[in-house]
Amino acid sequence: MTVHKGRGFAAINYPIGMNLGGDPSQALVHSNPDGKFTVALSAIDLGQGMKSVTRQIAAETLGVPVEDVYVDTADSDTGPHDMGSFASRGTHRMGNAVIRASEEARQVMLEAAAEELEVDAGDLVTDGKGNIHVRGAASRSITTMAAAQAAQFRQGRTIAGRGIFLIPLSEVDPETGEMSPVTTFAHAAMLVTVEVDDETGEVAVTDMQSAYEVGRALNPKLVEQQLRGGAWMGMSHAAWETTEPYYPTRDHRPEDFNTYIMPGPGDLAPHHISILERPAADGPYGGKGPGEMCANPVLPAVVNAVYDAVGVRIDDLPVTPEKVLRGIQAIGGAKPRQAL
Amino acid sequence: MNDMTSEGPMVEFRKDLFADERDDNLNEVGKPTRRQDILGHVTGRSPFFDDHLFNGLLHMRCARSPHHHARIRRIDTSAAEKMPGVVRVLTGRDVPVNLNTLLSLLDFGLDDEPLLSETKVAYIGEPVAAVIAETEAQARAAASAVHVEWEVLPHVLDVEEAIKPGAPAVLDIYPNNKFVYHGKYDHQKLRYGDVDAAFRGVDHVVEGRYQMSPIEQAPIETCGAIAAPEQNDRYVCYTSTQALFFSLGTAAKMLKIPSSRLHFIGGTVGGGFGGKVDSIHEPLAILGTMLTGRPVKYAWDRAEEMQVGAPRGAERWYITDGVMANGRIVARKFIGYFDAGAYTRLSSYAIIKGVGHLPGPYTIPNVYADVFCVYTNRTPATAMRGFGITGVDFAIEAHMDKIAETVGMNPIELRILNAYRDGDMKAHRREAKNCALIECAQVVAEKAGVTLSPEFKAATSMTGGGGARAALPAFTATDEDGRVEGFAATSYAKKSGASSAPVPGAAPASRPARVQASAQSPARPAAQPASPPSAAPVHTADPADKKPARSGAMRFSSLSGFRRR
Repeated sequence: MTVHKGRGFAAINYPIGMNLGGDPSQALVHSNPDGKFTVALSAIDLGQGMKSVTRQIAAETLGVPVEDVYVDTADSDTGPHDMGSFASRGTHRMGNAVIRASEEARQVMLEAAAEELEVDAGDLVTDGKGNIHVRGAASRSITTMAAAQAAQFRQGRTIAGRGIFLIPLSEVDPETGEMSPVTTFAHAAMLVTVEVDDETGEVAVTDMQSAYEVGRALNPKLVEQQLRGGAWMGMSHAAWETTEPYYPTRDHRPEDFNTYIMPGPGDLAPHHISILERPAADGPYGGKGPGEMCANPVLPAVVNAVYDAVGVRIDDLPVTPEKVLRGIQAIGGAKPRQAL
Repeated sequence: MNDMTSEGPMVEFRKDLFADERDDNLNEVGKPTRRQDILGHVTGRSPFFDDHLFNGLLHMRCARSPHHHARIRRIDTSAAEKMPGVVRVLTGRDVPVNLNTLLSLLDFGLDDEPLLSETKVAYIGEPVAAVIAETEAQARAAASAVHVEWEVLPHVLDVEEAIKPGAPAVLDIYPNNKFVYHGKYDHQKLRYGDVDAAFRGVDHVVEGRYQMSPIEQAPIETCGAIAAPEQNDRYVCYTSTQALFFSLGTAAKMLKIPSSRLHFIGGTVGGGFGGKVDSIHEPLAILGTMLTGRPVKYAWDRAEEMQVGAPRGAERWYITDGVMANGRIVARKFIGYFDAGAYTRLSSYAIIKGVGHLPGPYTIPNVYADVFCVYTNRTPATAMRGFGITGVDFAIEAHMDKIAETVGMNPIELRILNAYRDGDMKAHRREAKNCALIECAQVVAEKAGVTLSPEFKAATSMTGGGGARAALPAFTATDEDGRVEGFAATSYAKKSGASSAPVPGAAPASRPARVQASAQSPARPAAQPASPPSAAPVHTADPADKKPARSGAMRFSSLSGFRRR
């Protein structure tokens, strides 16, 4: 038996948000009397960090520290309409809605501060640490708490904002497929190294080198978590998982994790990630959605690497030891290429 | 920000690339701030739907089809009703509006799927009755005591078998087991240029067939909902949904109840990956509460999550590429089949998304696709991470390597050669912008020690695009293949099929079936029909027959006013 090493490459782009638009998100932002803000949404945090990324976006836009913002989601009595957390749309669509709501609330906050400082609101800036001051004159300042208290109890202003982001629905030409699918695309490239055992047909992914272009990494740790987990899912899809290993027959029908096989921690390959940021014109601070595309390049990269290792092309996912062995038999033994 | 290991950086931020398009001096954005909810998660205190265990909570379990395809002669719940702890057994008769399609909220597709099936089942695991009992074990025991008289029907499991003449009809409302697009065709078309003409002038034709495997979303938390009576004649529903208002709107429609009487709470979910948008649990749990007056939980166990819960569907793709000796791809043709399983769910939508994505991130002057949403007797498919894209990207990128081998090119250089760049025209007839495929490929090549020739090392997404590459094809070959009659156009369709975006140089279009980009277009091949069978508006004589009344249910599209008639 011999273990053959091979490398495979793939590159992809990914449309961000529900195809064709028509998928609005809304956000409401308001201040408590002490200048702390609540963001009300109906977005879903699936573990991807929806609450956290919208919290950072709100803090950035309001010009207050992130600790002064709390995101409350999803209660249909208080959170306005949102289409949901899918299609990599959360950061892009909801992030934009939060920006708009926060801008409206910030404007009232600055007007309240301006009245207290007896200056023009247009001359005020925030320092991101809880202070509002005259541009170029940091000593002429007021805290966001004092501005909020003045607004609430002296001036009778509501520091609040509403935001919606909607890309209107694009229609599709039945004859040509002409359409405006989405406005923003993320990108990725991936090179994987595999080891193929020509006696057992087993394939191990031993290394992953990737580049992901995400518009802007709004929170670099959350982005890394998405990319790492997503690439793992892609590797699993390529070489481990399926509900129907002999599609189209339905005989296998796994019902638990003993018969539905996924890789464990010991099967994970080192994944060297490079993150590129080319801001999207209509993304929140340029951000796209890294959530889905991270898995996609891994699948073809793995089959391309298997071919590089033993000369067997597997065009039916997943790559199973049985398919690899049958493929090796069909070509009369492994034919290592190592062309990449 | 590099975490160095002996094998090199595990994460690096290439701030040097696209630096002049970015302001990196922000206060909060770009910081690795700890997540808002992490303390609750790591201490086990974050409230998920299943943490709302009311006093007197009842449990729901479904009786399900053991057959791929069968007619229901009779459902006998009498034995189940007498079982210990059983409070109520629901069947389809108890569901106020027992027919729905998820995207009816977007006015897309016909209602096709019951919550509890009454006359027919089309996949193993399809629910026919829901038992509500004091404990989960009692509900489970009683569900197995529901007696159904089945008349087993022939079934079909493969997409290409399902569309052959004489195949068993999975769904009666769509012809030949194919979803109907725009009230007009049994597939979604993409036509850009003329692939057949282009194939005649190429050095190589590279063909491939690719099969995407179905997989399970496999969230740690299985799908579920807990409903309870709330004050003032309302119902609260704690749910694992990925789409709060999709689920609320679906429940309002199927239960015929105004949204003001529903209070949905969610937002903290133990993984979704696309498998928690189907909105099945919420209406059933609320219905149980409405009929018993008590809190009801309906959740899948792991076996149901894997076998009843909709997986990522299988896809089959055929790709034919026309390639020049220098590696330029000049024509790419796709035939795609999505296996929707027994009901539409979201597969119809994924196909439009997939077609808008073709031919992948490459600038190819002639592109053709026919993509079919096919019904088979398997568990309905639904969304999963990369929905509509992952399968065809697998096919495209495996195919790219075959092309590289055919023309004897480095596979990374082949991608850069064909990559889309800023200003290029894409096959869906919109200009590319904000591209970064080339840079991603270059970064990976550099890291992995793959030497690129100077030409490909120097390439950028920002230059070399546009110009002639921005032009629409001089001529696009169109056809009326797959025409169906008797369906009304709904969302995602133009009323007449005419182009809404102006096509440069186009003559005023009185016919929908042709797109001509310039006056000097070559004449059409003789095979082209002289005129479409019918240029009249799509036949709408019997939409009422095809489309059950919606009883004033919530519709996002109409509410937002963007459905164009």
